[in-house]
Amino acid sequence: MSRRIRIAVLGPALLGLGALFAWAIAGLPAFGDYRGPYGYVLNRVVVPLRHTTNVVMGTTFDVRGVDTMGEEFILYAAVLGVMLLLRDETRSRQAERRTRRLPSDAVRLVGGLMVGGGVLVGLWLMAFGYITPGGGFQGGVLFAGGILLLYLVGSHRDYRPFRIVHALDPLESLGAGGYVIIGLAALASGTAFLTDLLGLGTAGTLRSGGSIPLLNWASAIAVSCAMLILFAEFLETYVVPLEPEDAGS
Amino acid sequence: MLAATLVPLQAVAFGLVALGAPLVVLTRDPLRQALVNGIYGVSLVSLFVVLQAPDPALSMLVVSGIGYPLVILAAVARVRGHDREEKGEDR
Amino acid sequence: MSYLPYAVAAWICLVGIVGVATSKNLIHLAVSLTVTQSSSYVLLLSVGYVRHGVAPIFVGTKLGTTAVDPVVQALTLTDVVVSVAVIGLILALALDAHRLSGTVDPDGLADISG
Repeated sequence: MSRRIRIAVLGPALLGLGALFAWAIAGLPAFGDYRGPYGYVLNRVVVPLRHTTNVVMGTTFDVRGVDTMGEEFILYAAVLGVMLLLRDETRSRQAERRTRRLPSDAVRLVGGLMVGGGVLVGLWLMAFGYITPGGGFQGGVLFAGGILLLYLVGSHRDYRPFRIVHALDPLESLGAGGYVIIGLAALASGTAFLTDLLGLGTAGTLRSGGSIPLLNWASAIAVSCAMLILFAEFLETYVVPLEPEDAGS
Repeated sequence: MLAATLVPLQAVAFGLVALGAPLVVLTRDPLRQALVNGIYGVSLVSLFVVLQAPDPALSMLVVSGIGYPLVILAAVARVRGHDREEKGEDR
Repeated sequence: MSYLPYAVAAWICLVGIVGVATSKNLIHLAVSLTVTQSSSYVLLLSVGYVRHGVAPIFVGTKLGTTAVDPVVQALTLTDVVVSVAVIGLILALALDAHRLSGTVDPDGLADISG
């Protein structure tokens, strides 16, 4: 389809879609008039039944646990696709070794301080996710970002950022698979998939929520590794300013 | 009391998001777009906060601050690197 | 502002679609797609908002206080993180297309065959 036809079709299509949206919106309850029962029920029930003070996390890893498992596999599949598409190309380029331009001392200092901050806040988000806002998903991205910064500001002359990237592959699988194993463990002991086996603990402490902390850590590992692999695959060639070896420093 | 002050804040946040989306789309250069997309991400974060959704706000914050920019910038750099190579220029 | 939030979500969706359809650069197209995707977050959180509701986190808030819907928040927060990997996959495909055809213009892809 040529560009002109495409844009000619776009106008009427947008009008139609807009009309459908208007129709749909007219049927929705007004903003703030929430009607569905689930929100009210969960807000009453999750804290007494699951002892997680962050109801959103209780929903993510317990009420909606199977769905979150699906999300994790979407993540896994997407990262797998990126690897398949980009890793092959990277191999063929390994021969041309180039070195990075070293960043200035100021960049290194500020960046170095931010590495610690990013990693620490990331770990904190992961650990306390089911008590206060946070969780394995957000913490995982932040943790991976902190680690990545270590590479960006580091003084390594070698441009290949993550020699350990191959160690990340099994670790990511462990995170995604661990989620399933925790679910299957419940199944093996005679209860339903993902049922809690550990006892609920005290609400508001780290020892609360039964299997939710374990599922949270499994997702944290899966998300951190997925992000690190993703960044590594994209960065492995030609990202930060590169210079030929002899012109370096 | 809190709820009363929240309504104008929500209106402003919705307005910023509605304004940000076309800006992202109309920025045609991917490199600039990565930046504008980051700003749009921050407007989404503020909207999520005033909608009483701290978890999605954190999620959006780390994603628009770390995730999107890195992936987009890396893709832009790779495309430019290839183009440069094809033209035979040696930087 | 009873229907404004939903209108904003619809507007963002349409804007993103315009971006995708008129894009001349695959990377720009992928980012426009994430704009379309962000409309779903705005819609979900608007639908789940309860007037005078607080965040569904009961630390320092008494249990039983009116709070907003946690379900839509759970949906949004995982999807936001997963979307990074998905845009990564789309960009990887774009890079592959660029390697094969030498262009990032979606209209230039018609020449690829096999």
